[in-house]
Amino acid sequence: MSKIQLRQIAHGRSGDKGDAANIGIIANDQKSYELIEKHLTAEKVKKHFAGICHGKVERYEMPNIRALNFILHNTLGGGGTVSLKHDAQGKTLAAALLRMELDV
Amino acid sequence: MKEKIRIASGQGFWGDLIDAPYHQVTKGDIDYLVMDYLAEVTMSILQKQKNRNPNLGYAIDLIDLMKKILPITQKKGIKVITNGGGVNPVACADAILEAAMNLDIGKLDVAVVLGDDIKDCLDEIIQKGCELKNMETGEPITLVKDKLLSANVYFGAAPIVEALNRGADIVITGRVTDTGLTLAPMIYEFGWDMKDYDLMAAGTVAGHILECGAQSTGGNFLGDWESIENFTEIGFPIAEAYPNGEVIITKHENTGGKVSFDTIAEQLVYEIGDPKDYITPDCVADFTSIKLEDVGKDRVKVYNVKGKPETEFYKVSCSYKSGYSATGTLTYSWPQALTKARKADRILRKRLQYLGLEFEEIRSEFVGYNATHENLAPELDEDKINEIVLRFSVRSQDRNTVNRFGQEIAPLILTGPPSVTGFAGGRPKPKDVVAYWPALIRKTMVEPKVKILELK
Repeated sequence: MSKIQLRQIAHGRSGDKGDAANIGIIANDQKSYELIEKHLTAEKVKKHFAGICHGKVERYEMPNIRALNFILHNTLGGGGTVSLKHDAQGKTLAAALLRMELDV
Repeated sequence: MKEKIRIASGQGFWGDLIDAPYHQVTKGDIDYLVMDYLAEVTMSILQKQKNRNPNLGYAIDLIDLMKKILPITQKKGIKVITNGGGVNPVACADAILEAAMNLDIGKLDVAVVLGDDIKDCLDEIIQKGCELKNMETGEPITLVKDKLLSANVYFGAAPIVEALNRGADIVITGRVTDTGLTLAPMIYEFGWDMKDYDLMAAGTVAGHILECGAQSTGGNFLGDWESIENFTEIGFPIAEAYPNGEVIITKHENTGGKVSFDTIAEQLVYEIGDPKDYITPDCVADFTSIKLEDVGKDRVKVYNVKGKPETEFYKVSCSYKSGYSATGTLTYSWPQALTKARKADRILRKRLQYLGLEFEEIRSEFVGYNATHENLAPELDEDKINEIVLRFSVRSQDRNTVNRFGQEIAPLILTGPPSVTGFAGGRPKPKDVVAYWPALIRKTMVEPKVKILELK
């Protein structure tokens, strides 16, 4: 087993949907998609964002573009205009997820 | 029927690059210019402007822009479609027509799409049994009705198609979906049946790719972002659409940025929920069916898109007043920048407590350390960090409470930790907090209206 940082095999984009954030992660190639499809689970994402995401995490697969889409509920401090967060729209959360190290 | 049409995105939001639409109409051939100006927050800002002046309430930048591009678009036969009409599309169209009078461009038909603004007929709608329940909490809208700032239905492509059928050169709408702006010209030009849901989904996906402007052509690209050339003159996206629903996303030659599988894939996942159910007023598009293929330099083919029938509802977006917030910042320098900023944070919290001020929320962030990524930020070696900005925010329903907080920031300069600066902006002022109320309404309860205004 070895460790690989998600940043090495994927990229992505994040944004807001009310108080939920969405993070789309796109694998760089098919082999990397198979890795994230297997290892980048909703549970791991929830644990990664402990203290930031206060709700459930849902995962959706998009194998057609080698992507996984995560919805992180109760994450943006009330959402868009209510939130006091500097990153009220969760724009930097995709980068925050790319920090994760996967055991593969 | 045309064998293809080229639809160009000119704005991704109100505040985007001012000259992007001008470059789209001058740097190459296009048939349509579509511009998305409306975010949820924009509607409440525009409503406030209209409350102060009944002739305002639309994206005011549009008027100068139209003055500049109308002689070009009318000569080349480019039609312009935009939701920049905001909460006052008629006033917007009137202002455009007035500006056009001095341009010597001949006949001009401006269509206005109305009917999305339901703020003034909410009582009637509620009486008819539609509670406009909050989609997230299930609460009825009567709870916030007295504080409502705006209430708008999201219409789809249909009223724009009607406007084009009636000969419009320019279509100015209120709250129409971003995707509808791009789908409509495809329906109109190719005579698509609006019950052909695969075609509706194909145009909707193209609209999603175009709706955030250069975010699909290399802007905000988190992949190999350093490989993006010439951000300075970044080209905005163009959808080259074909009658069979295939679309090629591209941009004008000799512009900056990049169109590739990767840049398009990032935009496809932007702000979506369940990718199998991307719901619009026109259809439910299945984003897991989309195929992308690099077919040339800065050319990506988007095809195989599948769709399902639209739902019986329109989405409604309401905004309402929900108290006040304020943010103050102070900058602490080396040595011990973070330690000093943390100390200042604790002092400030205690002072607010001693003053007996109560807030819904107090939040402190340390810019340079954890303002983004929060507790995921790695521990830092304080000796190697030159400065930290303390960003301190509060929110309360009471304006005076927020205002009193604003008076406590500057005093920290002389009464707290040393080597602090960055307070030149004055006291943080309370600003209105606008909250959102997403709801659904049966399509049978509202009807879009199209009105044509002419310059002869």
